Amino acid sequence: MVSFDLSDDQRMISETVKKFALNEMRAIYRDCDEKGTIPPEFVSKAWELFLIPNNIPEAYGGVGEPRSVVTSTIIAEELAYGDFSLAVCALAPATVVYPLIEFGTEEQKQKYLPMFCEEQFKAAAAALMEPRIDFDLPSMKTTAALKGSEYVINGEKCLVPLAADAQVILVYAQTDASAGAKGVQAFLVDKGTAGMELGEREKNMGIKALDTRKVTFKDCRVPKANRLGGDAGCDTAKLINYTYIGLAAMATGVSKAAFEYARDYAKEREAFGEPIASRQAIAFMLAEMAIEVDATRLLAWEAAWRLDKGLDCDREAYLAKQYAAEKVLMITDRAVQILGGHGYIREHPVELWLRNGRGFATFEGLVTA
Amino acid sequence: MIDFELSEGIQNTRNMVHMLAENMMRPSARQYDEGEHGDKPWDFINMMWEDAKRRNRARFEAQKGAKKEAKSDKPSENAVMFANVIEELSWGDCGLYLNMGGGLGVAAVEAVGTPEQKERFLKRFTEGEPKWGAMAITEANAGSDTAAITTTAVRDGDEWVLNGEKIFVTSGKAAVVDSEGFVVVWATLDRSAGRAGIKSFIVEHGTPGMTVTKLEKKLGIRASDTCTIVFEDCRIPFNNILGSPEVQKKDSTSGFKGAMATFDATRPMVAASALGIGRAAIDFVKEEFQNRGIQIRYGISPYRMTAVEREVQQMEANLQAARLLTWRACWMMDQRQRNNLEASMAKAKAGLAVTLVTQKAVELLGPLGYSRELLLEKWMRDGKINDLFEGTGQINMLIVARRVLDYTREQLK
Ligand SMILES: Cc1cc2nc3c(=O)[nH]c(=O)nc-3n(C[C@H](O)[C@H](O)[C@H](O)COP(=O)(O)OP(=O)(O)OC[C@H]3O[C@@H](n4cnc5c(N)ncnc54)[C@H](O)[C@@H]3O)c2cc1C
Repeated sequence: MVSFDLSDDQRMISETVKKFALNEMRAIYRDCDEKGTIPPEFVSKAWELFLIPNNIPEAYGGVGEPRSVVTSTIIAEELAYGDFSLAVCALAPATVVYPLIEFGTEEQKQKYLPMFCEEQFKAAAAALMEPRIDFDLPSMKTTAALKGSEYVINGEKCLVPLAADAQVILVYAQTDASAGAKGVQAFLVDKGTAGMELGEREKNMGIKALDTRKVTFKDCRVPKANRLGGDAGCDTAKLINYTYIGLAAMATGVSKAAFEYARDYAKEREAFGEPIASRQAIAFMLAEMAIEVDATRLLAWEAAWRLDKGLDCDREAYLAKQYAAEKVLMITDRAVQILGGHGYIREHPVELWLRNGRGFATFEGLVTA
Repeated sequence: MIDFELSEGIQNTRNMVHMLAENMMRPSARQYDEGEHGDKPWDFINMMWEDAKRRNRARFEAQKGAKKEAKSDKPSENAVMFANVIEELSWGDCGLYLNMGGGLGVAAVEAVGTPEQKERFLKRFTEGEPKWGAMAITEANAGSDTAAITTTAVRDGDEWVLNGEKIFVTSGKAAVVDSEGFVVVWATLDRSAGRAGIKSFIVEHGTPGMTVTKLEKKLGIRASDTCTIVFEDCRIPFNNILGSPEVQKKDSTSGFKGAMATFDATRPMVAASALGIGRAAIDFVKEEFQNRGIQIRYGISPYRMTAVEREVQQMEANLQAARLLTWRACWMMDQRQRNNLEASMAKAKAGLAVTLVTQKAVELLGPLGYSRELLLEKWMRDGKINDLFEGTGQINMLIVARRVLDYTREQLK
């Protein structure tokens, strides 16, 4: 039966995370963006929320709360509402942990999951995107070829968050070029594996606080057992759907932040003797922003709900992400517009949200729900 | 718990209505569009009426029962159900759907009528021949600004005397000429009292002094009659006023607000109708593409995507966004939550979405889209009404803006 009610648990976690976003993230995000760093204290505090170990089964040291994609979506939105760079950083390990929980072999789970249940944050990341304008799953150029008991990985990835610190990177690579998207599989590549080279830190328009790298694989050999899911492999399309939903949720969070800021500003700022919000040209922009924040959220929820129900979701997840990417740009741009010249100045957050918001059309695989 | 699955009851009803839309509405949609103001689609109307009578009976009984047990606060799924039925009917044909018996006047009496009024005016919707209940608010010089109406109601003993002219009354002729229905008419008791002076009155078919003077020729929904009704010393019983006859203090607008509140219930339904037309267009475009071997691919690089694929994807996402906003507004209604903001969000989004989606669909299919041999061009003409009536897109944006800014109508005009 149709319902738009959060469960009590979801409401609680959403309030907790929102409080964290406002108190811990909004306090430092501008500084992080300017300096290009994320303080370790922040990472520890975020880790203390237990967002990721919460879903790791007890057998591997986690809390064992069953995974709900809808709940992940709610969390991702609130964190990105605080700050997108910081949110990606805090949730980066999930891009390895969640695929492991769903598709990992017993051996893989035993090897990797316990380290993400420890008190200390352990970095991990997914390497999906490739540095070219026509990147998509069917045209994946990074290859993984089975040679005896090893996979040999070759190719180049970009926008890999926390790559320098990551204990393990989940690398997406083509195993069978003739199979297109279906041939793409994921591989667990440990830190320091020979043949995996980290590039210089990338210089991006947005997400400047976040350390992202190009990662190059030159005859990088990993044991056959490091293929996610072993011989059975994994359902890569499904993993991509999680990432779409995660991005859609985070775009909603960024949009909501920009909308709220612009709304409050428009009520304060006066021109021609009245608050600018009392003019339709401004008020209608705000109305449309409000509608689209809700619309992007509902599309993300619906796709997430489909995954939780085990329903096919390729179309819905992709459309939710595309829609969110389009709307977050519209909304953050309008936020700058509503602040006028002041919106262009780095004393206000809206220019930062516009830079971050612009990225969603490009980003793939950075986060997961 | 967040859930997007329609209950089994709604799914079954929806499937049934879909079949009916396909078999009973689609085949005659063109005929009644071209035959504007001609014969009514009686086969369809009669068939729907049989079912409506049964449903009305059950609903009125349930409402009476609920009042007795003071349980009208109990959540239901009526609105979500209704929205889904309307989406399917509008997928079939919006003009025919608007021509079915009943109407907004019925909804108004149901929402704010006294038990005596309900008995007197609603019983007819459970028996006999098809009937309509129209709603007459708009005047030549008062559209969006409903408070500017000049139709007057003056008390004379135990009667009200109405004078004025109403335009664009949906099913107005059906209500007062073609059937034993009625019109709910907005009129002012005291122009100096502004909004507080505006009340609504029920005028029976056949009341002397009420005349249908004009039938509009329209861009779309031509199967549905839209007319001008003139009231000239039209006398109705005192008890035909909806709500209190008192004009409150000048600064009080509670009566007017009550009237406006029915929009919170009807706007999501207009949105639902928009969804049906939009979906008809998208379904058709995708089918035509499929027949021509064009697949819409999801999850590929924009670099490889065709412009057509991108357009279709945007249409789909846009319409689905509108659908979820509509369901939310309906669900809130079912939960007895105030949905004024969400109803206008849904209406604004869906009205615009159907406009864009149907216009784009016509473009995508070239001469095929433009041809009157097919229904697509008609859906574009029909769809546009959803961005106009029950508050234009702008008026709904205005309501959303006021709500998110927490502004009064004085602060945001
Ligand atoms: C087919 C059809 C059926 C209808 N059925 C009914 C019915 O059954 N009963 C009934 O009472 N009415 C009905 N209407 C009337 C309908 O509700 C009105 O046409 C509508 O509310 C707009 O009013 P208007 O046409 O006078 O436009 P106007 O109010 O003159 O508006 C013109 C333009 O100005 C914009 N505008 C107006 N005010 C503002 C503002 N404050 N801020 C920004 N923009 C503004 C509007 O959005 C619109 O774009 C029907 C209309 C049609 C076409």
